[in-house]
Parts: sequence; structure tokens; C-alpha cells
Amino acid sequence: MSEHTESKDRSQLRQKRMIADHFERLSRAKEEGKKVVYTFVPGNLTELIGAFDMLPVLPEINALQSGMRKKSAGYIAEAEKSGHSEDVCTYVKCDIGMLRSGNIGPTGTKLPEPDLLLLSYTGCFTFMKWFELLKQEYKCPVVMLHVPYQPDGVITDEMRSYVVEQLRTEVIPAMERVTGTRVDVDKLAAHLSLSKQAEDDLVAVWESARHRPSPIDGYFGGVYYVGPIFSSFRGSHDAVMYYRELREEVEARVARKEGPMAPDGPVKEKYRLVVEGPPNWTNFNEFWQMFSREGAVVVSSTYTRVGGLYDQGFRHDPSHPLDTLADYCLGCYTNLGLPSRVDLLAKYIREYEADGFLVNSVKSCNSFSVGQLLMLRKLEEKTGVPGGFIESDLVDPRYFGKANIENRVQSYLQMLEARKARGTSADAVVSP
Amino acid sequence: MKCVVGIDLGSTTTKAVLLDEQGGILGRGITNSRSNYEVASAVAWTEAVTSARFDLLERAMPSTSGSWAKPMKDAFRLELFIDELAELRATILRNLERSLTVHGDRKALATTVGEVLDRVRRKAEPLFVGGAPRRSEFFRDIAGALYVAEAEEISRAGGAPFEQLAALYDRAILEVETRAQRRDVGGLLRRALDRVLPADRAENATARAAAAQAIATAAAQTIEEIAVVGTGYGRQTLPFARESVRSEILCHGRGAHRVFPGTRTVLDIGGQDTKAIQVDDHGVVTSFQMNDRCAAGCGRYLGYIADELNLGLHELGPLALQATKSVKVCSTCTVFAGAELRERLALGQKREDILAGLHRAIMLRAMSLLARSGGVQNEFTFTGGVCNNGMAVKVLRELVNENYDPTTTLNIHPDSIYMGALGAALFGLDDARAGRLAPMPPFLRAVASEVSA
Repeated sequence: MSEHTESKDRSQLRQKRMIADHFERLSRAKEEGKKVVYTFVPGNLTELIGAFDMLPVLPEINALQSGMRKKSAGYIAEAEKSGHSEDVCTYVKCDIGMLRSGNIGPTGTKLPEPDLLLLSYTGCFTFMKWFELLKQEYKCPVVMLHVPYQPDGVITDEMRSYVVEQLRTEVIPAMERVTGTRVDVDKLAAHLSLSKQAEDDLVAVWESARHRPSPIDGYFGGVYYVGPIFSSFRGSHDAVMYYRELREEVEARVARKEGPMAPDGPVKEKYRLVVEGPPNWTNFNEFWQMFSREGAVVVSSTYTRVGGLYDQGFRHDPSHPLDTLADYCLGCYTNLGLPSRVDLLAKYIREYEADGFLVNSVKSCNSFSVGQLLMLRKLEEKTGVPGGFIESDLVDPRYFGKANIENRVQSYLQMLEARKARGTSADAVVSP
Repeated sequence: MKCVVGIDLGSTTTKAVLLDEQGGILGRGITNSRSNYEVASAVAWTEAVTSARFDLLERAMPSTSGSWAKPMKDAFRLELFIDELAELRATILRNLERSLTVHGDRKALATTVGEVLDRVRRKAEPLFVGGAPRRSEFFRDIAGALYVAEAEEISRAGGAPFEQLAALYDRAILEVETRAQRRDVGGLLRRALDRVLPADRAENATARAAAAQAIATAAAQTIEEIAVVGTGYGRQTLPFARESVRSEILCHGRGAHRVFPGTRTVLDIGGQDTKAIQVDDHGVVTSFQMNDRCAAGCGRYLGYIADELNLGLHELGPLALQATKSVKVCSTCTVFAGAELRERLALGQKREDILAGLHRAIMLRAMSLLARSGGVQNEFTFTGGVCNNGMAVKVLRELVNENYDPTTTLNIHPDSIYMGALGAALFGLDDARAGRLAPMPPFLRAVASEVSA
């Protein structure tokens, strides 16, 4: 085994172990008297959950894992049997279907029922409906944190104090009631401090993509990198170790001038792209290979920022625990107005010297897809860099049209190529 | 002569274009794709080589041949049609002989088929050399329309049942159009020459001598393919070299821009794709949108509607143009549209009025894609099989006038079905000029050696 394969595997193996351990802990939660919180990725309050020694379950992550493990089609069919329309977010249907099929988690162990449903981000309307459905199933308390939208890309003092007030008067008391313990602010601050360390390293990993070739793929590879920090591990020692290791591995790749690894081997960078929108999970590797085989590397993406815009300066701040949690919830990528999203994408295109940007539009995901065509046009105007548009779905395999998507991806990449060669084409010198 | 080849493997038809090293169009061929892209590309390519031979002849003709160059071309096409008709006749008779389902007097049936095909041949003549309007370039369409008309008449007069005659044709045409033919181009040219400049007239002697010289010059030319580029829906399934495959979006954009250099927006409606493409002043694609998940509103939709009405595809447009009003058709789902069509017919609405509505429904879908791709810029070029449909063009013009600048130039070229193959050939020319020679893929080479023998 070569040196770089060994080092590449280290962080991956650690992540795998962390996930297995977490689901193992969840499977023992009831017998060990641990309380379980179901919550979402955007605006997740993992440090606060950790401060109460509660264990988080993230239905979105379970749904995407089901998609990758080819189980989502059956779960979605199960949900449709109980009356959910074809147009409903497929994460929701996959989760409901999994619940109806015995609630077996991605690692094969049964998931414990929730003691609390914590909705800490309201930017996605579907989340509210999702938890209304779960509430009917579980008969446990629900606590909702109303998070104001950022129309102008600015978090005002009023917005922050509005969220902090809800944390103080609703969220924390609900957690105290469920666990029977008082909030331990020191413990919360300790978790927040660990979060900050991991966030510093994650930002270094993102920014490594400024190198040529980029040592990482910031979308297909990136979804693995955000795994721990988006889910149950932020604020843990494990996460700190994971991101330190990952950063070291990536820095070693930079030193060796290596490109990213794709499912079928190293990618030789030919195109640098920025991607907007979530990936497709049911055909994830197939989708990735459509890019990697053409030498297309994603240098930055917005999907990998839904769990925090750390590269734009945000860090969890242990000295202001509630304010920082409020800022985190308010700062989700999908909580930004369209102009802010366009500005951020334009910044990525510029700073990462992208040749193009691509939107993967998922009709059933309103948070992302509303306004994407407008964003595409605005970005083209703003940057002069050509945009591409493809459509797929999160976890419903029926909506992954391979031929159609591949055609668009190839057309788009060939378009970038043709633009580079502009003026040297045959018909430019031949009169019609 | 060195040339490059572009092959567009569409879901309905496969097209081939040959360009010379200067980028001039040398030959074109088209056939139905059916499900066998390998055969389809070989057939289209063979046809393109045949037409290239004719083009070489035209180039070899003296400038004084102006008066007979055009009739010669028409006569050549007629002779080609007659050749194909003979092939159809042989196929029908062979199938009839082997058929397990035809009972009764086979000999009488064979005679009737012979009579139908004789009439087809007679009726076809004015379509090629008499200046009568010919609605389609396809052998299938021309022969099919004439065959159906003649078979109906003979059947009405007490001949064999129409269904039996039609079934024989349907089976044979599939075989004929998916068989790569080695054409005796020299023989076709000589027959065409005899037709245009009969040998028994003394005053033709000089012109015939010049033509014979030109035929000899053209025949002596070798055609050597130095680069091949494949595009279209079927491109991935064919064993083209990876670097010899280009996206049809780029090819359509480039082909359209080559023919109409002012083009900035292209709408291509093919069998199962609708593409809205924006190109820059070099014909390079800057933005595109295409249909997703559903192919309603594409060419196959019209094919399905034509089947529902028991009409030929090329008859839909002219019929719809006779509409006095446009019935609103809500759905552009192909299957639902078929149901809606039957329902409205049952309610007593006129076929042409319903068809007008269906054409509008299709074009509204195209308008949505155009809007998403960046709108309609001047000049606007409409390509793909559907642009041969007069009603589709009329509705498109109206919608452009309603939604964009009414002074926008709308370009439609009679050969616009070849735009994708033309674009592919232009990319092949780029490759050749950059020294990236791509040899013919082996499956095409096999046909090539047979044809040039």
C-alpha cells in the first residue's frame, strides 16, 4: 500500500468508526437511559444537545444514507402507500417509509424513538411539516426554534436576540424537562471550543482547493468531509481528531501536487467547477464519475455549506454560547436571500478560479431550488463565467435519468472546452 | 479526396454529413434509426458517400453544363429512388414467398403488388423530374404515401384486401431502410444522363461527351475519411473512439450557426429532445436548456398523434394549417393528448382545429425552454425534424412575436435536419486540422470497404 493511500484511508476509517460507534450508542440509548433528540442538519444545536448528554438522530442523513444504500426506493414506495404525494420532498418520504419499515438505521441497528423533536431551523417549510408527521408517530414533545430569514445577508441584533430569547425560554427548558437536568453552561462552552478547533481545520481543507490542481473535490468528496461536522460529532474530540487528520492528508496531497481521488481513481484536473445545489444520492458514484472521468473537479460548492458558512468567517464562540448558537442557526446557506447566495457563488467562482458553475436542481427541495434559474443568469452576468443546469433528485431513483443528465454534463463540459478554443474553430475561417 | 464525417445518431433518424477539407459540404445521408444505431449509421454514411459522388460530379462538370446540371441531379435522385423501389419489390416478393401467414393465391397477390409498385414508379417520376412538390426526402415517406394510395385504389377495384397489401409493405420497408446498400453510382449516373440527354439525339453528342468526361473524373476520385465525429442520442452506444464523440447540443448550435452565421438562438426539436441553445458569434454554445424527465412535445409526440389519426407524420402540418380556430389542448403528456384528441373528435370538433391546438401546446413547451435558456435573440434558427412542419413554424413565429422582438429573423433551412451532423463534421474538421486524425470506427470501415469496392 502506498504512503498516500494509507494516509488517505486514515481519516476515512476514523469517520467510519465514529459513525458505527454513534449508531451503536443509539441502539443502547434506551437501556442506558440516554435521551434521544431528532433534529435537522441546518441550524443543528449539536453542542447544546451534547451538553445535556443527549444523542442526536438526523433524519436527513438517514435518508441520504438510505439513498446511497439503494433502500430509498422501497421506503418512498412505502410512504406513498400511506398517501404522500409524488411531489413531496423525497427525504421526508424516505424517512417516513423507513419508520414504517421498522426504523432500521444505516448501519443495520434499530433507531431508538425520540424523546424530543427539536426543530431548530425553520428556513425550510418542509421541515415543519416533516416534524408534524413525526409528532403523530412518536407522541413526544416538539420544540421549535423560529429562525428569521436573512433577506439582506445581514444578521441584525434584533434577529439574534429573537433567537437567543427562544433558546433561553423554550429550547433549553424543553431539554431540561426531558432530561431532568439543568443546562451546564461550562460543558456547552467546552463543546463550542472543540467545535471551533474542528472548524478551523475544515476551512483549511476547503481553501486547499485554491491550489492547482485542487487536492480535493469540494462537492462529491466534500460531502464526506462535512459528514462529521454536519451531523452528530461537532463539538466532540472525535471531530477534532478527524479534521486534524483530514487537513494533514490534504496538505500532504498539496505538497505532492495530487488531485482528488474519485471512485475510479485519481482525477486529472481539466475543469474547475463551482456547484450549487444538493447532490443526487441514489446514483452518487455514477453521478460523480460523469465529472471525474472528464477531469472536472469541483473546487467549491454551496451544498457543503448548509451546515455552516465557516469559510466566511463564522466560528462557534465559547465565550458567547447562546449568541453563537443563534448566529449559527441564522447563518445557514439556505437561510440567505437570493442576492446573498449569488454573491457567495460569485465569490467562490472568483476566488477558486473556476472555469464554470453548475446548478443541480432538485425540484422536491424548495429550500435550494427556488430561484436557481434566476441565480444562474445573475451569476453569468456578474462573473462572465458560463453556467450549466442539470436536474435530478435527492433519494428517489426514479428521477435520476442517467442518459439525460450525462448528456447535459458532457454538453456543458464540452461547451467550456469549445469556449476555450473559440476563434480557432474550422467554420470561423471558412465562409459559409 | 480527403474528407471528414459527422454522424448524428438521433432517436428517430440518423444523419451523416461529409465535408471536404475546406469545409464545403460534399454529401449527406439520412435513414431511420430504428433500434439499431450501428446499421443506421452505416446506412446514413453510405448514402452520404453516394451523394458525395454526385457532388464530385457536379464539381467536375464544365461551366457550360448549367442548363442540364439541375435536371441531371433530379434524374439522379429519381434513379436512386427507382433502385430503392426495386429493392423494395424484391423484398416484398421474397417475404411473400416465405410468409407463413399469407394463405390463398400467392401468385395473384404477387401480381397485385407488382401492379401497385409499377404505378408507384410512374407516379414518382413527376415528383423528381416534373417539378411537382415533394413533401419529404425520405424514401419511406414518398414510397409509402404513393403505395398506400395505389393499394387502396386497387383494393377498392376488387383486388387484394388493402390490409394485406399494407402489411407486406410495412414489413419490407423496415428491412429495406435498415440495410446498407452498395450503390452502383456509375450506373445511376449513366441512367440519369440517358434520361436528361438521350443518346439517340445528335444534338446531345457534345454535352454527353463532356458529361462522360466529368463522370470519369468524378469516378476516379477516391474518398478518404480522415476524421469521424459521432453525436446524438445514440452516440454513447456506438463504438466510436471517446475523443470522436461530441455532445449534440454543441453540434446543433454549431451547425445552425454555420448555415446562418447571424444565429444567436437555436431551437432544435428532435424525436425525443427539445433543446434551446444560445450561441455566440463563433457558434460556440453559451447556454442551453433541454427537456427533462418527459419527452412530450417532441417529434415522437407528433408521430403518436399522426398514428392516432391514421395519417403520415408529414401530413399533420398541412392539415393543421387548414384550421379555422385553435382548440385549447391542456396537456402535453403524449398519452393524455391522444386521449384528449379522441375525446374532442367524439365531441365533433374538427381534426384540423384540434391539431392546431396540439401544435400550440408543443410550441408553448419549447417557449418555456427558450425562456429558461436566456430567451430568443436575433437571429433565431429552428432546426430538427419538427421544423419541416409548417404549422409548428407558424405557431412558433406567432409566439416569438408575442413574447420577443417581432422583428426577430426566424431562420429555417430545408436541410435543417442535418444541422447536428454538420456540426459534428465541423468538429471533425477542427480535429483534422489540429492533426488529430480519427480513423473510421471498425464497424463503419467494414461497410466502407464494401461500398468503395
